[in-house]
Amino acid sequence: MMTTVLRIIGVVAVVGLAACGEKPQTLGAGKTDVSPYQGGESAFATPGWKAGDKTSWEQAMKARALNTQNEYNRTR
Amino acid sequence: MARMKFACDAERCIECNGCVTACKNEHEVPWGVNRRRVVTLNDGVPGEKSISVACMHCSDAPCMAVCPVNCFYRTDEGVVLHDKDVCIGCGYCSYACPFGAPQFPAAGTFGVRGKMDKCTFCAGGPEANGSQAEFEKYGRNRLSEGKLPACAEMCSTKALLAGDGDVVADIFRTRVVQRGKGAEVWGWGTAYGSKKAGQAPEGAKS
Repeated sequence: MMTTVLRIIGVVAVVGLAACGEKPQTLGAGKTDVSPYQGGESAFATPGWKAGDKTSWEQAMKARALNTQNEYNRTR
Repeated sequence: MARMKFACDAERCIECNGCVTACKNEHEVPWGVNRRRVVTLNDGVPGEKSISVACMHCSDAPCMAVCPVNCFYRTDEGVVLHDKDVCIGCGYCSYACPFGAPQFPAAGTFGVRGKMDKCTFCAGGPEANGSQAEFEKYGRNRLSEGKLPACAEMCSTKALLAGDGDVVADIFRTRVVQRGKGAEVWGWGTAYGSKKAGQAPEGAKS
């Protein structure tokens, strides 16, 4: 009886340890991207917003969209 | 913020291909790859309509669903991007996309097909924002510079709109009210969902 229990424990341990040796198989989405409001290495960033400040980036993008794409704003 | 969206106003597009040129120049897109194209229906017939087409950054993107290696991801801003280090160039996304957005360069790692290339909404890829590595794989990251996509900003008639979906909708609504017609935007329902998604308007030839 004792021998059987030891054998079962041994098999479970071997199977369990084998799983620890598997390499991660995550692909694609496992890589993370940095949000644009964090800014970047480019020297051509527009003024009027602060890198890392999401609210200021969103406001700057909204203002840019309205100012550059809605000519009704300018012709009023 | 809502999600970044494109909309092309068929009442304004004059098929100048300025958006195509702006995109190719901004990202130094190789020969044979067109991230953006202008499509004209009933070309040469009075009343012809043109729209500028690229990746619509769908809310429920078919390319993401069919990709066998899960190389696509969606940013917090709603931009659908992909990881070229993971892409195997199988072309499934090309068959799944209703807009023909995925492009495959002729010269690439996998011979005739290469790794997929598509519009990034000028948001680059998983590499560091604005880095040389990001530029070489995905082109400029204008969003991280506080700018909108080059195609829309360069559009001479402002037919092509890009930006926060709420802002784009506001601009378009103002136009429709001012001119009193042209409320439908082609492709909008297919990409972003509507009761008539994917259905041609009544009386359309194709």
